[in-house]
This record gives sequence, C-alpha cells and structure tokens, in this order.
Amino acid sequence: MELLLDSLFNGVAIGSVLLVAALGLAIVFGLMGVINLAHGELMMLGAYTTYVTQLIFKIPILKPFYNSYIIVSIFLAFIVSGVVGILLEKTIIRKLYGSPLETLLATWGVSLILQQFVRSVPLAYGTGLVISLLIGLFLPTTFPSKIKESINFKYFKFSTWIFAALTGVLTGSIISSSVSKLSRASARNVDVTAPSWMRGQVEIIGTAFPKTRLMIIVITLISVIAITLFLNQSAWGMRIRAVTQNRKMSDCLGISTEKVDIITFGIGSGLAGVAGVAVSLLGSVGPNVGGNYIVGCFMVVVLGGVGNLLGTVLASFGIGIMTDLIGAGRLLSIWPDMPLPLSNTINFFATTSMARVMIFALIVIFLQFKPTGLFPQKGRMVEN
Amino acid sequence: MRISRRILAGLATASLAVTATSCGGGGTSGSFDDTVTVGILHSLSGTMAISESTLVDTEKMAIEEINAAGGVKVGGKSYKIEYIVEDGASDWPTFAEKSKKLIDQDGVPVVFGGWTSASRKAMLPVYESKDAFLYYPIQYEAQECSNNIFYTGATPNQQSEPATDFMYKRSPAAGGDFFLVGSDYVFPRTSNTITKAQVKQLGGKVVGEDYLPLGNTEVAPIISKIKKALPEGGIIINTLNGDQNVAFFKQIQDAGITPSSGYYVMNYSIAEEEISTIGPEFLEGHYGAWNYMMSIDTPASKKFAESFKKRWGADRVVADPQESAYNMVYLWKQAVEDAGTFDDNAVREALVGQKFDAPQGPVEVMPNHHLSQTVRIGEINAEGGFTILEETGVVLPQAWNQKHPSSKGFACDWTDPSKGEKYKL
Repeated sequence: MELLLDSLFNGVAIGSVLLVAALGLAIVFGLMGVINLAHGELMMLGAYTTYVTQLIFKIPILKPFYNSYIIVSIFLAFIVSGVVGILLEKTIIRKLYGSPLETLLATWGVSLILQQFVRSVPLAYGTGLVISLLIGLFLPTTFPSKIKESINFKYFKFSTWIFAALTGVLTGSIISSSVSKLSRASARNVDVTAPSWMRGQVEIIGTAFPKTRLMIIVITLISVIAITLFLNQSAWGMRIRAVTQNRKMSDCLGISTEKVDIITFGIGSGLAGVAGVAVSLLGSVGPNVGGNYIVGCFMVVVLGGVGNLLGTVLASFGIGIMTDLIGAGRLLSIWPDMPLPLSNTINFFATTSMARVMIFALIVIFLQFKPTGLFPQKGRMVEN
Repeated sequence: MRISRRILAGLATASLAVTATSCGGGGTSGSFDDTVTVGILHSLSGTMAISESTLVDTEKMAIEEINAAGGVKVGGKSYKIEYIVEDGASDWPTFAEKSKKLIDQDGVPVVFGGWTSASRKAMLPVYESKDAFLYYPIQYEAQECSNNIFYTGATPNQQSEPATDFMYKRSPAAGGDFFLVGSDYVFPRTSNTITKAQVKQLGGKVVGEDYLPLGNTEVAPIISKIKKALPEGGIIINTLNGDQNVAFFKQIQDAGITPSSGYYVMNYSIAEEEISTIGPEFLEGHYGAWNYMMSIDTPASKKFAESFKKRWGADRVVADPQESAYNMVYLWKQAVEDAGTFDDNAVREALVGQKFDAPQGPVEVMPNHHLSQTVRIGEINAEGGFTILEETGVVLPQAWNQKHPSSKGFACDWTDPSKGEKYKL
C-alpha cells in the first residue's frame, strides 16, 4: 500500500511538472497550431520573474510579506510571460500563420534572443522593459472609445509609449539601486529559495511527501481547472474554441479573430510563465532552463492529441508514472521473484537515462498505431 | 584579385609589425626586451562560460603577476607575456578549431585551455599532430597520458580515492553502504568504476548507482532509489555536473535525505564557486575533496585569494580549478626559463621535475606530465567554505588508474623513450 502510494505520488509529481510546462503549449500549439520553440524561454522568463520577485521581497518595506512572495510571483510570472508572448504574437507570429516551418525558425530565433537577453541585460532593466511593454500595450486599450475613434488617437498612443518608456527606465533604476544583485548583467545561474513554510516534508497517511512537490501539484491543478473553466464557460473561451474549429466562419459571424489570436497566445505564454515558477522550485534558474523542458512539452502535447486538454493531462501523468515505474525499478519491488532474464531487463532500464530511452521508444510505438495521439481531433479542423 | 590580396596581406603584416613594435617599445619601454604571446582558450559563452571564465581571470592574473615581476627571462633577455584569448564557446569542435588558429596563425608557444573532458578529447589530436603543447587545469578521470598535454588537475587517485577511503573509514557514516550519482558522461562513469573497485577492496558495498542525462533536472526516481537502497542512511558519492547539483540538493533536502538523518554526500565537482551558487543551506554538513580549498590557512593560500579578490572584486572566490590554472602558468614560466628557449620540445623536457610553491603547498611535475599534489577532505560549512578535516601528504599522480580494470598495472613516463604513453609496470 505504502509502495503504491509512494509510486503514485512520484508519478503524479513528475507528471505535474510535465503538465504545467506543457499546458501553455497545448493551447498555443494545440489550439492555434503555432509551433512555438520559444515556449521554453517563456518558461525561463517566468523562472527569472520568481527570482526577481524573491529579491524585491527582501527590500525592508516588503520583508514582512517575504513568505508570500512565491504566490505573488505566480501572478507576476503569468503577466510577464503573457506580455512578452503578446508582443511576440503582434510582431512576428501574426505574419506567419499557416506557415509552420517559418514559425518554427522564427520562434527558435526568438528563443536565442531571449536567452542572450537575460545573459547580457541587468535583470533590473529587464524588469523595467517588461513594465514599459505592459503599459505601452495595455494603457491605450483602457481609453474610452470616444478617444479611440478620434483621428488623434495615434498621438495618444505615441505619448503612452513615451510615458511607458519613462516609467520603465525609472522602475529599472529604482530596482537596480535598491537591489544590487539585479544591477549587473550576469550569465551565471541564479537560485530561487523556497520560503521556509514550503521546505521540508509533510506527512500524509504515514508517508512523507516533499512540500515543494505538493506545491507544484497544486499549481498545476489550479492552472488546469482555471484554463478548462475559461475555455468552456467564458465568452472569450467560447470564441477561442469557435475560431479553433472554423476560423473563416467565426470571422463572418463577427468574432474578431485578431483579438482571439492575441488572447489565446497571451494565455498560452502566461501559462508558460507559471510553469517557470514551478520549475524554479526544483532546480536552478539560468538562461538554458527552458531548453531542458521543450522536448518534453512537445512530446506530451503530441501524445495527448493536438488540440485536446484532457489528452495533455492524461499523457503527462501517464509519462510521469511510467518514468517512475521504469526509472526507479518499481516492478522489481512489486514482484521480487520474477524470472531472471526479465528482472535483468528491468534492472537494465532502471536508470534515469535508460528509462528515458524506454519512454521515448514506447511513445514512438504508440504513435505508430495512433498517429494522432490519445484523443484525436474530430470535426472540421481535421478536414482542413 | 591576387594582387589586391597580396597587398592586403602585406598591409596586415605591416600593421602587425607596427603593433608588435609599439607594444614592445611603448608603455613598458625599457623594462622588457621583447614580448612573447601565449594562447588562452576557454569557453566565454555557452553553458560552460560560468565556470571557464574564472580560469581566464586567474590566468590573466598570473600573467600580470609574472610581468610585474620582470617577465620571463630567456637567454639574458626579459620577455613580457602577452596573451590572445579565444572563446571555445562550450562547443567541442570549436576548441579544436581555435587551437589550430592559435598554433598556426598566431604561432603561440603554449596554449592554456579547456575544462570538460570532451573539449580536451577534441583538442588532443590537434596538439599531437602539430606537436604543440596544451596545459589543461582540471581535475579529471585520467586514463590518458599525452606527450603534448600537461595536466595540472587531480587524477582520481588524488581526489576520489582518498575521499572514498575517508567516507568508508572515518566519516560519520563509516562502514555504511554506497550509492553513486552522476551526470551521464565520461567523467562520472569512469570515476564511479574506480570507486566501485575501491569499495569492493575496502570490503564495503555499492548498493546502487544512477546517472542523470545532461540537462535533466528530474531527480524524483533517483531519490526513490536512494531511499530504497539506503533506508537507514549511508554514503552518497556525487559526480553531478553544474546546475544539476542545484536540482539534486534542493530535492534531496526536501525528501529528507540530509546529514541529520544519516545521509552524507561526498562531492567531486562542488567547489567554493558552486557552493555559493547552490546555497550553503543546502550543502552544509556534506563533504568535498580537492587539492586546494580557499580555507587553507597558509600565507601562500591567503595571498592567492587576496590578490584574486583585489584584481577581480571582493565578492569573488577562488577554488581548486583556478589554483590549478594559476600553477600551470607559473610552471610554464619556470620551465621556459630553465630551458632557455620557448621551443616546445626543450620546454617539455625542462618541465618534468619543476617544483612550485603553489597555494595548496609544494607541487612537482612528474614524468607522466601530471602534478604531485596534496589531497584535502573538507566539510561544507554554513559560510559557504570548507572546514578542512583531513590532509594527505603529497600524492603522486596515476595517469593510468590502478583500480580501474582496464588500466591496472600500467603507467606513463615521457622521460624514457622506451616507456612512453602506456607501459606495463
């Protein structure tokens, strides 16, 4: 019983990291069909946001709230990655819809730019830049429609960008002067330390579970539930699904597909940011952190069936549980006296490297029989 | 076309000559008779840049120190050392390419460079085919002995073997079982083969081993294996690389694998630099084994640490790889002065037997192109340094490990033409 519980928990823990990382991609790649190779770098931005938030919460004024910084950083990471995602959509991806190969190359280029950006720009000014983007992109949308429709709106827009740039520079220099660690550019990996209430273990039914793992599972659950509710219950969710199913018809019916694209891509990127927070709790934060996850993300989305969230959920937990079963040699402890050749084979695959090989092999075999994944897309999109 | 190219080449040579003379004559005029340019080849970009750039800093410092003390004196003339820094870009073929450039185009008499074994393996054929000389400063898995490479880092018998011995006999987990964890590449696998043979000799038991693919930070399956194999605590030998250590230590601490519950980790790749990145709160109470530790309480060690801080910033630390890089520049200088020429072959001969009072204590170049060194075992403390627990005497290097089944009974000696790279003892 304890063994089963332990194994199940481990599987779910590994799976939830995969799931939270793949969730954003399931939307961007699954619903929009954009092969976003910069997804890992959007995660990295989320991880760096956690780091910056952690340091800002060490400033004396915010020190009393230090323990809650991780909660705050989840929202901030969503916003930061979301804003960068929206900028990406507006400037690059929008022009490349329908040409997957070009999207792939362009987003790969973006991923390199983002990696180099965090290496060579002081994080304080990086934060300032994100704040400028946030103001520049969103302040104009809050103006009453009377101004928006006037001829002079572009001047309004232009002046908000100036205001945004100034605010960005100002916040950048304030942060850089108050947190010395953020004032210099550095290619070194940095470290996020979980607040004390999240360290150590918690005991449930006689088995000890690491708290950070539980936290990641909780973040994943909340993200999945929130995104499912959004897609199925809200008006914008409905529009997104409508555009996914039939873009031209939705356009004819008066849905602004342009806006839908921005929102979908923004949410997908924002979720990547949330994944970054989760990932930063497990290992170190560096420019290459996203690259470690990108293959796993695509694997999960393809295995689950493109365009299906439930498939993504099942695929990631499936892979998680298989990784634990094979990698930790669980089958041997469940059935200790199995025949020698079989136990030797299992022992051979019971290392992390070989378990990976095994998992990939199984996925390849599975896709031979079901090339469209666990839950193939039905309906009009298939015909297109 | 041909003419213009020739003109260009001529112009380039002329401008080079001008810069060369202006360097020799200007600035430090009078104090030096000539200059010599050496090559420095480490990764300044890519994943290894974090580690390797500290070596570049140290080598520059050593060169500046030598220049300040009058340069290299060869044949009655004093030479100022200048350097060309090339970027290996954490990409192994680039290391080979840049080596060729430094040797052929820049004509440097020596190259200081490399960190990963993969980069060294990529450079080795270049230096052997051109009969040039590479100085390599990192502790590594040995099982190699080139006439064209000089290794100043520790061999396994100068690091892992004394460390395993300590863990099995004198650590708080003495007599316990071993679990081996490493990144999945050549160094951890070779090092662990040696450790397994040694543990068997000592009468202990290795109950498990696992390797994490490079770049992977999911440690959960390894943790369950450790808990299954060592339910009551024990010894963990860690050869993980770089960032993977952060993931490993964060996650094992959360899973309750800590010194207070009887699990002691001996690390071969964690020095002061890495402790400050990972955070001492995750590492306190675990162990490390190195030739040099910043906490060595001798004037030479303190001077080394202080001059490095003075040159590069008070928040910087020095660690074993840097000390090794520092030593090799000085050893090269001594060998050149003894040989009385910059010629590779003469310097190589003069190099063997060179002694140097290094920050770690006296070191000497052995006939197998490795250094005799002191080994230290330290416990990681809350301040992010090592508390030195043990210190061996001077340990001779074994290029061919005597515990590894494939190299048992072999040695290397470049001073005797009949022996060479690998001969039977």
